[in-house]
Amino acid sequence: MNSIVCIKRVPDSETRVRIASDGLAVDRSGVKFDMNEYDKYALEEAIRRKEEAGEGLVTVLTVGGDDARETLRQALAMGADEAVLLRAETGFDGLPVAVALAEEIRDRPFDLLLFGKQAIDDDGMQVPAMVAELLGLPAATVVVSLEIEAGRAVARREVEGGHETVEFDLPGIVAAQKGLNEPRYPSLKGIMAAKKKPLEEKDVTLVEGGLELLELSGPPDRPEPQILGEGAEAVPELVRRLREEVKVL
Amino acid sequence: MLDYFLTDEHQMIRELSRTIADEVLRPVAADYDRSGEFPWPVVEKMAEAGLFGVFIEERYGGLGDGDRTMNMVLVTEELSKACGGISLAFAGTALGTLPIIIAGSDEQKEKYLPSIAAGERLAAFALTEPQAGSDAAGIRTTAIRDGDHYVVNGIKQWITNGGDAEIYTVVVMTNPEKGPRGASTLVIEKDTPGFGFGKKEDKMGIRASSTRELVFEDCRVPVENLLGREGTGFITAMKTFDASRPGVGAQALGIAQGALDLAVDWAISRKQFGSPVSSFQGLRFLLADMAMQVEAARALIYATARHIDGNPKARSTIYSAMSKCFASDIAMRVTTDAVQVFGGSGYMKDYPIEKYMRDAKITQIYEGTNQIQREEISRILIGEHIAGQS
Ligand SMILES: Cc1cc2nc3c(=O)[nH]c(=O)nc-3n(C[C@H](O)[C@H](O)[C@H](O)COP(=O)(O)OP(=O)(O)OC[C@H]3O[C@@H](n4cnc5c(N)ncnc54)[C@H](O)[C@@H]3O)c2cc1C
Repeated sequence: MNSIVCIKRVPDSETRVRIASDGLAVDRSGVKFDMNEYDKYALEEAIRRKEEAGEGLVTVLTVGGDDARETLRQALAMGADEAVLLRAETGFDGLPVAVALAEEIRDRPFDLLLFGKQAIDDDGMQVPAMVAELLGLPAATVVVSLEIEAGRAVARREVEGGHETVEFDLPGIVAAQKGLNEPRYPSLKGIMAAKKKPLEEKDVTLVEGGLELLELSGPPDRPEPQILGEGAEAVPELVRRLREEVKVL
Repeated sequence: MLDYFLTDEHQMIRELSRTIADEVLRPVAADYDRSGEFPWPVVEKMAEAGLFGVFIEERYGGLGDGDRTMNMVLVTEELSKACGGISLAFAGTALGTLPIIIAGSDEQKEKYLPSIAAGERLAAFALTEPQAGSDAAGIRTTAIRDGDHYVVNGIKQWITNGGDAEIYTVVVMTNPEKGPRGASTLVIEKDTPGFGFGKKEDKMGIRASSTRELVFEDCRVPVENLLGREGTGFITAMKTFDASRPGVGAQALGIAQGALDLAVDWAISRKQFGSPVSSFQGLRFLLADMAMQVEAARALIYATARHIDGNPKARSTIYSAMSKCFASDIAMRVTTDAVQVFGGSGYMKDYPIEKYMRDAKITQIYEGTNQIQREEISRILIGEHIAGQS
């Protein structure tokens, strides 16, 4: 069972992100980065498949800057066998990244190609489907459970209000959703071993994308909390607001 | 952050411990404090990450070649920032393992250390008895030789990890008539017939840590479970405390730092008189004093841990006692002041800070009360002074 897992270095979900002065990028200073959460499910799945099979290779791949090395090392510490850094400046457009990944993956043998269902920085949700198209492979996205037997995969996907189960032949693409598994922490031994695992680096030139970024804007300031009253008498007004203003009821 | 020139490996250990503390311990700390259950799911995560191996040599599956004290201190500090009770599943295991590391034979190490390093089995150290607390030499649990076994009878009181650990290092009297020179250390496994447990204690703090009585009734322990020679029980115990007390210091340090972090957060966000309370000098100076004490404790503990690791043959009693005593005293002060910074909210169980104050108190009591630490420090101080004059 050989897997390739595409991962991305993104701002940690706990950090507060500021928009840079040009309004077109995120200010990276003082921001803590981490492996995209959904990519951790993808990687965990690949490692488990390999452990269960007792053989195979897990390759992690990323398009990014020098700092992405740290994220690849993290993946190696969790249990990936080798890593490839495709060095390039990436933007918000998924297409150039998808093309670079597809080019790299094309000549590599694998059974499963895994992604997170989305990257939590730009929430583009484009890359897995684009790579599937570029490589002519079946893709199941937003996957919450996966079974593989004799070269065939059965994936359960989350869809609005329920689940959908799909089946496809390997090689194929799976984009992981939370719930697929519980990602492990890297172990101390794993971190030490990661230092000796191969990490290949190549400069790549990204193709022109199709999107032009016009502006980034932050979320609106949160309004001051309001206290509607105390105890039971506050409930009718609270229900009215929830129904009419917030529209959650 | 003050640069303590940690090695890459130390930084890695600290980072991973911190991640686990923040993501695994912190979210459940209040629940375990309330329920008093043993935090097995958390311990499993700590085990998977390999934390239990940091104080054990590489050849037995660990990472602690030449720096086990520093490693142990770093893990304990980080975990204790999030929960001073859960961290004790780790620190108590280190304490219970130290007699094997210090006095065990290669065969004994081979038998017990790998499963401890892997986090598969927890350990505990049992010295205290109902009549023998500070006066440890007064222990009455006997282990009388009968063929190729010792027959153990007696009660050990307030044993950390008691009931949940699998491996117990127990100080017993093999030759009661010889007094303190008749004490020995036995490794006793949980499922040994004649070995049972008393009730689980209901405690002020560190409630996620289990504390139980160990009851031995004609418990037959194979002779090969003796650590070192007969009669070396108290020497092994004292060497164990030399190595473990910086760990209690680290627990106290972590609790103090955790409380300070919460206090600063609170002071910035709580407004009175139209300003954050952190703008009032009366409170700022309190925070400054807390920060100074915490950093001083850290410097002393790290220096002691490095001294121990760098001088494995020398005794470190005075510095180990200072680390434990100083850090636990500042932990009590800093956590009390942190409650003060929170005001009335600090007194409420809805907020996390009062737990730090309850958790801190034990660090002044166990592994020798701070009165006993001062006894030891002054005994060595004065003894060395007199020796220097003659
Ligand atoms: C939660 C918890 C966990 C514990 N875990 C363990 C464990 O894992 N293993 C283990 O073996 N033990 C354990 N202990 C026991 C602990 O080490 C003892 O409680 C401690 O050593 C003090 O003994 P004592 O409680 O009998 O107090 P006592 O010795 O009765 O002391 C009472 C008071 O007298 C003071 N005092 C006593 N002698 C002197 C003196 N010579 N000079 C000045 N003051 C003195 C003490 O400082 C204290 O203030 C634990 C205790 C607790 C509460």
